[in-house]
Amino acid sequence: MTLPEIPALLDSLEARLELCLDRLAVDRDRLALVGIHTGGVWVAEQLHMRLGLPTPLGTLDIGFWRDDFDHQGLPEGIRASELPFAVEGRDILLVDDVIMSGRTIRAALNELFDYGRPRRVLLASLLSLPGRELPIQPDACGAELSLAPGQRVKLQGPDPLTLSLVERR
Amino acid sequence: MIDPASRPGTPAQVQLGDDGRLRHFIDIEGLPKALLTEILDTADSFRGVQEAQVKKVPLLRGKTVANLFFENSTRTRATFELAAKRLSADVLNLDIKTSSTAKGETLLDTLQNLEAMQADAFVVRHSDSGAAHFIASQVTPRVAIINAGDGRHAHPTQAMLDMLTIRRHKGDFSRLRVAIVGDILHSRVARSQILALNTLGAAEVRVVAPRTLLPVDVEALGCRVFTRLHEGLAGVDVVIALRLQKERMDGALLPSEGEFYRHYGLTRDSLAWAHPEAIVMHPGPINRGVEIESAVADGSRSVILDQVTNGIAVRMAVLSMAVSGQTREREQRRQESQL
Repeated sequence: MTLPEIPALLDSLEARLELCLDRLAVDRDRLALVGIHTGGVWVAEQLHMRLGLPTPLGTLDIGFWRDDFDHQGLPEGIRASELPFAVEGRDILLVDDVIMSGRTIRAALNELFDYGRPRRVLLASLLSLPGRELPIQPDACGAELSLAPGQRVKLQGPDPLTLSLVERR
Repeated sequence: MIDPASRPGTPAQVQLGDDGRLRHFIDIEGLPKALLTEILDTADSFRGVQEAQVKKVPLLRGKTVANLFFENSTRTRATFELAAKRLSADVLNLDIKTSSTAKGETLLDTLQNLEAMQADAFVVRHSDSGAAHFIASQVTPRVAIINAGDGRHAHPTQAMLDMLTIRRHKGDFSRLRVAIVGDILHSRVARSQILALNTLGAAEVRVVAPRTLLPVDVEALGCRVFTRLHEGLAGVDVVIALRLQKERMDGALLPSEGEFYRHYGLTRDSLAWAHPEAIVMHPGPINRGVEIESAVADGSRSVILDQVTNGIAVRMAVLSMAVSGQTREREQRRQESQL
């Protein structure tokens, strides 16, 4: 199968996100974008530029919040999360590259709330794949894809951003 | 029956699993640079967690960490306790005062009881060199053992928190000259520091002390020996003052504390020999006016309190990495038993 091109995906995500922010009457001067390492940070950087938001971009590494420590142990190369704004009372837009099971977003929400109580949390994802294991849905996504069993997509970047299909063994 | 998880061998062999990951943390000796760097990187990420309102991560939820202190400690025990709690583990603190005759029996009994309570990690401080290694290799190999100081042998988490402090202040080790000053003879900290600095590639490691407070063959650890303070401090980027361990001194190793301070005390005057941007460290507890002047300990170049903060992050890192290593091994055994 052919994967969609990154610029088209970003255009689509931006357009859908604009509609969502308008519909919810989100104050863009107070909106903070938070990218989830690693791919989500790259997508968040692009969105942050396109939306021209004044609040600096935040990043989360959810490695310490994963739910599979008892099976996988500690993941390698966990970075420090950086939220250069007060989370308390703020509208937060979480950004990831791909949403599938929803477990990454569960971990990100738990971590985010350790920094304060946001007013509202929204979710944007470049791609949405079937396979949800938790009741979590993106508010905006670039495209919804269905893959053959065993297939996954991988975002590489940051410059240029490219999508590739990988076979999961 | 011999537990298949038990591995007789050197501390280096016992500490690492077949996949090269940490399963116990007993000694710096034999650990590769990449692993020490991984500990520092992980600790750096845990420093980030300390910026959040809730300074906890859920990694070790449902796990139990037992602090087994056979020897007194305030700071190390407190920071290990805080580290385990910030990893969301349940913490058991046991102060075990042992008579020398009953020691072996008490140690084994205590450990086996705790293992039966399904503890996941033991933080062990003991006055006998090799105690942590003995426990990890022979007694409870499936429980992650963290050495919190054994006799005169090693204090690896102290060394790693010092390395984190140095790296956060000075960056790359390859250009750094580091002087360790004072009671090297009785110091398990100094030995671990020298090993860690050499593994991480420090340009030069110096020890500065009177001959009576230097171990025989200290040079073999990989350091230059100085017996005059002004020569040892000349141009160094990092000065580590050690505590004079009076409680471990059996004979007359020193004329007097005053004499030691005059010749080896870290004062504003003696610090002037070091690089103008040198940082000052001390593992604590500090003897003010014995090994360090108050004005230096509390001065702008002192990073002593930063060491304490970094101690929590480093202990979070080694606890989570060792429990993680044990978890992976257990998972592997489970999968193999299903085949």
